[in-house]
Amino acid sequence: MPPRAPVRLLVVVPAWNEEATLPGVLAELRAALPQADVLVVDDGSTDATAAVARSAGVQVAVLPVNLGVGAALRTGFRHARRASYDVLVQVDADGQHDPAQVPVLLTGLTDGADLVVGARGRGDDAKPGHGPRRWAMAVLSLVLSRVAGTRLTDTTSGFRAFNARAIELFAQSFPAEYLGDTVEALVVAARGGLVVREVPVTMRARLGGEASTGPWRSTVFLTRALTALGFALTRPRTRPSSPPPDLLDIVPAAPQPLETEPLTAEPLTPEPLTPEPLTPEPRKATR
Amino acid sequence: MSLHHVSGYPFALGVCVVLLLALGWLLRSQRLREKYAVVWVVLVLGLVVLGFVPQITLWFGHVTGVTTPVNLVFILALLALLGVCIQLSLAVSRLEETVRTVAEEVALLRLEVEQRDAIREAERDARDRDPGPSALR
Repeated sequence: MPPRAPVRLLVVVPAWNEEATLPGVLAELRAALPQADVLVVDDGSTDATAAVARSAGVQVAVLPVNLGVGAALRTGFRHARRASYDVLVQVDADGQHDPAQVPVLLTGLTDGADLVVGARGRGDDAKPGHGPRRWAMAVLSLVLSRVAGTRLTDTTSGFRAFNARAIELFAQSFPAEYLGDTVEALVVAARGGLVVREVPVTMRARLGGEASTGPWRSTVFLTRALTALGFALTRPRTRPSSPPPDLLDIVPAAPQPLETEPLTAEPLTPEPLTPEPLTPEPRKATR
Repeated sequence: MSLHHVSGYPFALGVCVVLLLALGWLLRSQRLREKYAVVWVVLVLGLVVLGFVPQITLWFGHVTGVTTPVNLVFILALLALLGVCIQLSLAVSRLEETVRTVAEEVALLRLEVEQRDAIREAERDARDRDPGPSALR
């Protein structure tokens, strides 16, 4: 049996005016996931977000205008599909998501899920809000749990991992509307036949930016969230056009920084001067 | 009483003519696409027909049970405008999606170009430092 190709992992960081927190997040990502490629999608920032990301040595895709998180993520999905990555992990640029928790997310993929949501635990700093906002969260959790056929407690978490099947689905269409990147994406995934699962992770308080709070904004959140959910549920289904890949069991385990990279075990032997015998061996196309 | 001798129709027809001329001018200067002008031209022409043959409105008012025929005209005008608004919203939504897709593609293409440039530069640097392999080729 030929050795399996290493799993290619892409971390997508949607960033809009996050020059302050982005370098820290990228440094942590490199430390926690040295084997992963990182793509920062600069969503039309007006500050030095793109420059900061470039100087960190990661791939940067710059959207020419601000289009919202949905577009930034779909850019990531399209890139992942085009460059045939096996796994895409979404990490916010505000420092709320701890890159060290990504391996925890990936365990969900190895357990057979296509989309894994990293859910805030109860004792976390990042609390999901109060009043109407909390009720909205409760309703969202209840409805989405039924839609996805699994228990979901933190449906608006943007800390997620996707396998190739989910990448395929979302590269075609990633919802752009309000809460499209979180709530609606879950509906799209569940109705597209993907297996959704939630994995508890620890999250931090965001390092920058503000969560929307206050009774008025919470009410607005509730209304909009329920509207978004309602429409998402009545929309026709889309299914990924490709069959499920046979990749579920080779998602990388938690990284061990001191170990040498075992996946690039190509011995550096000099090229033989004699050409290989032209055997009509059936070979898989590499491109 | 004497004011009633003046008919309102010439005024309405005049407005229609001005509208048609304005639309034609916008079309000629390519500031308005035909597909959006069509609905306005049709509406204006419908108004012209009503202006010349007001009996249509009277008859239609009897048929639909609207006592004052002019109210019927108002209602139809409102519905027509509503339809146009919805059509425009649809067009804007479609445009937004198009812009989104194009912007995403631009971002990815730019990334690809940058990566290609970086690779090329690294190759050039390597060649400059060690001309051996290229000399063998």
